[in-house]
Amino acid sequence: MSRMVVNATVNGEPVEFLAGGGQSLLDALRDELRLTGSKEGCGTGDCGACSVIVDGRLVCACLMLAPEAEGTRIETIEGLADNGHLHPLQHQFLEQAALQCGFCTPGLLMASKALLDRNADPTESEVRYWLAGNMCRCTGYDKVVRAVMDAAADLRQAEKPR
Amino acid sequence: MSGVDYLAPASVADAVSALRASAGSARLMAGGTDLLVQMRGGRAKPEVVIDLKRIPGLMGIRGEGGGFVIGAATSGAALGEHEALKAAWPGVIEAANLIGSTQVQGRASLGGNLCNASPAADGVPALIAAGAVCIIEGPAGAREVQVEKVQAGPGKTTLAADEILLAFRLPPRPARSSDAYLRLIPRTEMDIAVVGVGVSLTLDAGGVCNAARVSVGAVAPTCLLVEAAGVALVGTTLDDAALAKMEAAVSAACRPISDKRGTAEYRTKVACVLARRAALIAKDRANA
Ligand SMILES: Cc1cc2nc3c(=O)[nH]c(=O)nc-3n(C[C@H](O)[C@H](O)[C@H](O)COP(=O)(O)OP(=O)(O)OC[C@H]3O[C@@H](n4cnc5c(N)ncnc54)[C@H](O)[C@@H]3O)c2cc1C
Ligand code: FES
Ligand code: FES
Repeated sequence: MSRMVVNATVNGEPVEFLAGGGQSLLDALRDELRLTGSKEGCGTGDCGACSVIVDGRLVCACLMLAPEAEGTRIETIEGLADNGHLHPLQHQFLEQAALQCGFCTPGLLMASKALLDRNADPTESEVRYWLAGNMCRCTGYDKVVRAVMDAAADLRQAEKPR
Repeated sequence: MSGVDYLAPASVADAVSALRASAGSARLMAGGTDLLVQMRGGRAKPEVVIDLKRIPGLMGIRGEGGGFVIGAATSGAALGEHEALKAAWPGVIEAANLIGSTQVQGRASLGGNLCNASPAADGVPALIAAGAVCIIEGPAGAREVQVEKVQAGPGKTTLAADEILLAFRLPPRPARSSDAYLRLIPRTEMDIAVVGVGVSLTLDAGGVCNAARVSVGAVAPTCLLVEAAGVALVGTTLDDAALAKMEAAVSAACRPISDKRGTAEYRTKVACVLARRAALIAKDRANA
């Protein structure tokens, strides 16, 4: 088996790492790049705990091979806050207690970010369908959905010309 | 999944020669949402994974001769964002977009859905109803075959070991044509179809159906084209008698298994109900 050199942009920074041909992007992020925010719940695409954004598309990092990342732009949970300033989604998740154990939270935040990046004003049912691939065993989802709706409102407010 | 080599050829010719060189130890990968799960579970043990997504012809959607050509590895998310394709083939796109979650949509392709050859694949009945044609490349050159000829049984296709599905060709759409796909799952998202039905039809100026194709999934070892069901609709306005005849044809074609998702009787009944509903949706869309 040959390991390959992979060059990509992760959270705005150029990175270079060695990847095994059959290694998942999730394992590369966690083990090679030491970005352990993305979690592995299932490894089979069912839980969404490993959600990251690759070239603008939300994907399960467990269902993508690390060498596929060559030349891509990857966003992970580690890049969501801006120099210690929490993203409005993170702020609302804390405000509304939209997490308990927190294992699903990085995935839910990245999935929610991908939604708000393309739809600034989603309906509640749009939020629920968009997040259907993110399992949470603790919260019952209601607080998560409310946090996403309120973060969307915060972002719209912040965008308004003063 | 260690010990695997990853190749990302930039042309079909390179992919075909990599496939030949591997002598059966390679697997093709589009979105990987079936393949990587199978590798993880130990059901697939390739030595080489050939990623098809760097080959230009396999990615994206283009208009051709009044119809569309869909690259076999194009993601469901990209299909759903193509307004012209969605307007012409709403049934094909709703079927493709039912596959998995938002995350799975970012990767899953119709080519992978067909070649994985699950009898419950959501994209396949819609493609069969649409009359879609596969463009397949192998060492001997390109060939074309109807989608309904590709699945050979659960997990099996009629593609040779060194052939690659390049694209789907969707024919030009006459006026007053449309399609629809419906599936039954016990949940609202993220589940495998108990039954899936695709219907595509064309109406004449007077609202009489002059062409129709009906396809069912999850009720036989492969997704089926039910020719008699389409024939039952032709020459009618989809009145009750015609729909009853179509249901009888669907029922006769079903040979499902009984399992934890549903008994054979239940699946057969649901296939009839969904076929009726999908036909009426397609008719409304064609009239719109
Ligand atoms: C969480 C989850 C939910 C899912 N939900 C659904 C669902 O609701 N409905 C559904 O139908 N499926 C579902 N699936 C299964 C899967 O996502 C689909 O079948 C998908 O369309 C496969 O496409 P892919 O591009 O990821 O295929 P891949 O995994 O890349 O390939 C699948 C198979 O086809 C072969 N192949 C791929 N492309 C080609 C080609 N161009 N030529 C020849 N062979 C090729 C591969 O070698 C492999 O054997 C789900 C999967 C997951 C993980
Ligand atoms: S770890 Fe990737 S979806 Fe569960
Ligand atoms: S907070 Fe525990 S799984 Fe979601």
